Formats: sequence, structure tokens, C-alpha cells
Amino acid sequence: MKTYLTFLWRCFRLSFVGDGRYYAWMFFLTAVALLGLNAYCRQIVHGLSVTGMTDQVSWGLYIANFTFLVGMAAAAVMLVIPVYIYRNRELHDLVIFGELFAVAAIIMALLFVTVDLGRPDRFHHLFLRFNFPISMLTWDVLVLNGYLLLNLHICGYLIYCAYRGRRPGKAFYLPFVFIAIVWAVSIHTVTAFLYSGLGSRPFWNSAVIAPRFLASAFAAGPAFLILTLGVLRRIGAYEVPPKAFLTLRNIVTVAMTINMFLLGSEVFTEFYTDSAHTASARYLYLGLDGRAALVPWIWSAIAMNTAALVLLYLPVSRRERFLHPACVLMIVGIWIEKGMGLIIPGFVPTPLGEIVEYTPTLNESLVSAGIWAFGLLLFTILVRITVPVLSGRLTERTGYTPDAPPRTPEHAHADAQGGAA
Amino acid sequence: MRLPILNSPSGANGNGGGSCGSGCGCAAGDDGPQGANGPGMSRRSFLRTGTAAAGGLTAIAAALSPLRELEREDAPSLEQFLQKHYKEMTPDDMERALERIRAQVERRYGIRPELRDYKPMDGVEFVYALNISRCIGCRKCVHACVAENNQSRSPEVQYIRVIEMPRGTMDIEKGNHHYDRPTVPDEGHFYLPVQCHQCANPPCVKVCPVEATWQDADGITVIDYDWCIGCRYCEAACPYWARRFNFSKPRLPADQVNPNMGYLSNRPRDKGVMEKCHYCLQRTRQGRMPACLEVCPTGARKFGNVLDPDSEVAQILRTKRVFVLKEDAGTLPRFFYYFDERYPSGLDPEAAEIARRLEHEEGERYGRLPGADGPELRWRDLTPNQRGTLA
Repeated sequence: MKTYLTFLWRCFRLSFVGDGRYYAWMFFLTAVALLGLNAYCRQIVHGLSVTGMTDQVSWGLYIANFTFLVGMAAAAVMLVIPVYIYRNRELHDLVIFGELFAVAAIIMALLFVTVDLGRPDRFHHLFLRFNFPISMLTWDVLVLNGYLLLNLHICGYLIYCAYRGRRPGKAFYLPFVFIAIVWAVSIHTVTAFLYSGLGSRPFWNSAVIAPRFLASAFAAGPAFLILTLGVLRRIGAYEVPPKAFLTLRNIVTVAMTINMFLLGSEVFTEFYTDSAHTASARYLYLGLDGRAALVPWIWSAIAMNTAALVLLYLPVSRRERFLHPACVLMIVGIWIEKGMGLIIPGFVPTPLGEIVEYTPTLNESLVSAGIWAFGLLLFTILVRITVPVLSGRLTERTGYTPDAPPRTPEHAHADAQGGAA
Repeated sequence: MRLPILNSPSGANGNGGGSCGSGCGCAAGDDGPQGANGPGMSRRSFLRTGTAAAGGLTAIAAALSPLRELEREDAPSLEQFLQKHYKEMTPDDMERALERIRAQVERRYGIRPELRDYKPMDGVEFVYALNISRCIGCRKCVHACVAENNQSRSPEVQYIRVIEMPRGTMDIEKGNHHYDRPTVPDEGHFYLPVQCHQCANPPCVKVCPVEATWQDADGITVIDYDWCIGCRYCEAACPYWARRFNFSKPRLPADQVNPNMGYLSNRPRDKGVMEKCHYCLQRTRQGRMPACLEVCPTGARKFGNVLDPDSEVAQILRTKRVFVLKEDAGTLPRFFYYFDERYPSGLDPEAAEIARRLEHEEGERYGRLPGADGPELRWRDLTPNQRGTLA
């Protein structure tokens, strides 16, 4: 117990250690997070009227970000599968980064739901009257929190073992890894069911929503990891085997291809049928009755996704110079597609045929930016702690030794054995 | 970002030692190479840490500062915080809750309300029937509802939406929600008022994560405003766009408060909760008619107990060609519409006569639009009826 507390204390201290760029980055994130907190306090005082949401478009930027982040969190599993099922060792350490990001993404997703509540002070009502299994939202509460715990356990355990120089006991984490694989699929499926289960919204009431969510998530999530690992490599903090990047690139390419295929299927069904139920799709892609706020968004998303996919298909994207822009395009494209492109048009026109458009307000954008900053802050700290532990520079025996030569976990393991003897 | 764990010798950033040196104010001294619990902080780094911590706390305080505007009334009292779910409350609990709300209404509006928890009556299932041939689109029901049910006046929350529909179509997307004619009814249109349909298979109830909304025995779907967490999932689920959310604090002038209140119906709401039509249960569960029906000048609205074979609504359901909106949604509404077979393509002349009389008595103008020049119509945009007039 004492050892564990020392570990936590050292991690806490370590999160304040870094060079100028680290401080600038953390200062920036903290400032944005505080701006978001400030905007949220204004929302608490004045109500959700400080957002652009209305009775017509009753969910907006918050729920859009929530949906996107659930997907990012689920994508960690795309790294776990090759490692534990196909025994692809290159990705072994990457799994931990993926799961750390899953932790940060789930926390962001939960924060986005919380800021969307009209009465956050009544959150405890969920524990007192839980409409399970009827309401899909209760399923979502369960799977999201369960996934958070699973990931906290898996990466917490692996990192703590590396810190103590012990070999992780398989029984303590492997079963959880396999549960997490199934669980990751479930979080995004259940989130898709939140929308696709509503008969009153023909735009969402489609069986392809869940598979499309998964495909786009499995593209955006690993793309984000490619960028993170690229940054870590560039600052010299952590060396990732180049083969790992190629594996990630393959995952992203396949997932994105499936995503574009599903998008095409959906567009075909909507427009070829051309029934009265396609009003939302028409509004999204072409505009309806002269109102077309989402048209530029969705077409830029499609352009970005297509450009990213073309880049990924070309051999040039084996090089970082092309791979990284492709990843950025893809993340932004999918973010738009799932946010502005999926949540908002579900509400336009309303079930009574009224067309009211939605534009996020500054306050609501600040809250959203604040949550993103807080999540990235959390992720940075988690990575900041994990990197020295994995490279043997933060161990139980020696404490934090920034100048020590990098050691593989096997070395650390041997050291620990020696120390114990 | 450059982390001080470079593969190359990292003297460059000055963080080589255990304490973090020039770059930071936090002193990682005890994690230094000397091992745990090395020398403590130097005075300089202590000051730096202190300054940084003070700066951080100031920034957090500044971020939280809008909360000072929060009024005492806005924060939930401990009693409200601990209040149980409606279905778990004992009669004593309910009496305490009612007393708390009465006191709150008195504080806010200076009126002692007649507040009760009206229960459904045995052997009663309420049903609404609306005669479209008699509706003249005057929106009196909309405003009577607002007055009866203590809705927020600014922004005004309305439970009833009257849609002006072109004759010859039932496609609701062709309707106009914001018709603002100097005169109604318009000859080329009919009027379709929509409010909560009190579905027998309500999607809104299904999705609520905390069971803050449910269907009572008399068929009315109610909301406990003290239990709703404001997630608006029900609003997304409703196929009739019947639910309303209090995006801001409801504003209700004290002289417009209706003191006859029900716990599950028209007591004043807080910001951040849902509300909707509840068939005026504070009236109907006492044997009175809903406010929208009472105010209707043409008698287009009929309401009653469908389980009573002699009731007007039971007779209408037996004898008229009734229909419901969006039957394919499978919601089984308790709100029926019908056209009068005697006047298949126009307004009931009696209702038209009433509209003319109203115009005369109330000084309101009900007649034809002054100019009929609108944008040029394309054949595919026209309703079948309009096509008939052109051909």
C-alpha cells in the first residue's frame, strides 16, 4: 500500500516536471480548460439558453462531441486485437498508449454528457431510479463507466508492474483485455443505438448507424495515435518501431474504406428512394427550402475524408510527411461527419416539419474547447508518466532518473529479480 | 514539447539533476537520482511553487466567479435534493413536498396556491378528438393553454402548435408553423393543431433514464419536474414534437399566475426540466374540461372518457372516420382527428360563420389575404388540390 502511494506521489510530482515546451503546452491547456469552466459556470447560472440549442434542435455540439469521443475511446481495441489475438509484438507498448487515450476520451465523453444536462445537480437520480434495461441511455451509462474502469485497471496494472519491475501476472490482466475488446465494440454500438432506436427520427432510424460508427471510430482513433506517437518520437521521448506505424496505417486504411462504403450505401438509400423520409439527408447534403447551414460542413468532411483515403492508398503515406496530414484530415473529417453531419440533421426538419437551423454559440464552443483541453491535459500527464516508466527511468528502486539509458522492460524485470534476491 | 527523458544526454534543458532546476517551480527533488525523499525544496523553489499555486488558485476562482450570480432560489434546497421519486413518496412525503412548493410559490409570486396531487380516477381513460372541419386556426387554444398552465411567458413556452396545411395534402412537412395572416381561416388551407398525443405506447417514457416521466392509469403521460435531470432524450424521441425544455429560468409575471395547481401538471417549473401538455389534469381529473377545449370558439375540440360508451368522444370514435398522426410510428395516440363527412373539402359553414362573428365582435380581421402574389409556383411543389385549380 505504501509502495503504491509512493508511486502515485511520484507520478504526481513527475507531472510537473518538463522543459519549456512542456510548460507552455500545459499552461495553454490549463488556460483553455479554465475558460471552459468559466463558460460552464455561466451556463449553470443562465441555463442552457446560453447554447444554440432550441426545442427544435435539442442536442448540439455537446452530444456531437460525446458521440465522436466514444468512438475514439472504442478505437483503442483496434490495437489490442492484433497484439493479443494475432500476437503482433510491435504494437505491444502501443496498446498502453491506446488505452490511456481511451481513458482520457471516456472522461471527456462523460463530461460532455454532464454539461448537456439541464439539471446536473440531480445526477444522483440515476442511482435511485435507473430505467434499465428499457432506456438505452442507462445502457450507455453502464458500458461507458465499465469501459473506463476496465481501461484504468489494465493500463494502471501494466504500468505499475513495469514500475515495480515485476512481470505482469497474466491472470490479472489478460481476462480483462479480452473483456475490454468486446466491451469496446459495445460502447460504440450502444451509443449508436441511442440514435438508431428512435422511430421518430428517420435520419437516425437506420441499421447502418452502428457499423458506420465503428468503422469511422476505428479510423479516427488509430489516426490520433499515429499523431501522438509521431510527436513523442519527434521530441525524442519514445521510439516506436516503424513497423508499428505501418500496422496502424493499414488499420486506418481498411477502417476508412469501410466507412466510406457505408456512407455511400446510406447516401444511395436516401436519395434513390427519394421518399418523404429523406428530408434530413436532403437538408444535410443539399439544403432544404433555401436553408443550408450544414452543406459546407458535410462537403468539406467528405472532401477531407476522400483526400485522406487517397493519400493512404498511395505508397507516399508510408512517410510521415504524408501520413500525418492524412491522419489530421481524417480526424477532422470524421469529427464533422459525426457531429454536425449526424446529430444535427436528425433534428432538421422537426417531426412536425419545421426547419430551424442550429449554430453553436461562443459560450457552448468554449465549454467544448475546455473539455477537450482538460482531456488532452489528462492524456499528456498520463503519457508523461507512462513513458519514463516503460523506458525504465521511473522505477520503484531508483525513483526518477531522467538520464538513465533507456531500458527495456525485460531489463527492469531482471533488475527487480536481482534486487529481490 | 520536450520531455526531460531524452535518449541523448539531456544537459541542454537544464533538468539534468533531480530537482527540476531553472525550468520549473515544483522541485522534483525527492525523485532525484539520490533516490526517494532526497533533500527538500530550496527557498527559491518554495517561493516559485507558492507563487504558481497562488496564481493557479486565483485563476480557478476567476473561472468560477459567474457562480456568484446564482440566486438563492435557484439552488435546490436540501429538502428538494433529498426528495424521493414520485412513486416512492408516502402520503406524508407528498404533503411535505406540496407544502414546500406552496411556500416557494408564495415567496416568488405572493400568492398562496391551491396545490394538490391529483390522482387518476378509476375507470377513466381520457381521449381527445379534434374536428378539422371546424378548426379556423385562430390559436386561441395555444394562448389559453399558456395562461392555464403557468408556462413561462418569456421566452413563451407553448404546448400546442397549430400548423397551417395546404388543402389536398397530409404531408406535415408542407405545413406552415408561423403563418401570420391578418385573417384566418384562409380558404386554401386547413388547420392542424398538434399537442401531446398521450400515446398508449409512448417512446418518450421508454427512453427516460431516470423514470421521471410515465403514463398514468387514465392514459396521461406526466412528468415529475422534481425528478427530471434535463437530458432531453424524450424530446428527441417524441414523433409529435410535443415536449418542451426550459432552456432558461421560466419568467411568469405574478399577476398572471393560475393558483389552481397540480403537482404533476401546472405548478411553476424550474429551469433545466422538461414539460408538456398533460390534458390539463388539474382540471380534467376533477371532471372539468381542458382549457384549450373551453376556449375554442367553434367547438372543434372534444374531450372525454373513452371507457364511457355514452361520452362524446366514444361516440365520435364509433361514428366518425377518425385518424391519428403518424400511425406508422406505432405510438397508439389518444389524440384523434376527423373531418366532418358533410363538408369533405371545406370549412364547416357554422365555423365559418363563427369566424365572421368573431371578426366583428373582437375587432380582429378574419378574411382573405390582401395580395396573393407569392413566388412563382412549380408544378412539383403544388398540392393536388392546387394543381386542380390551375388546370
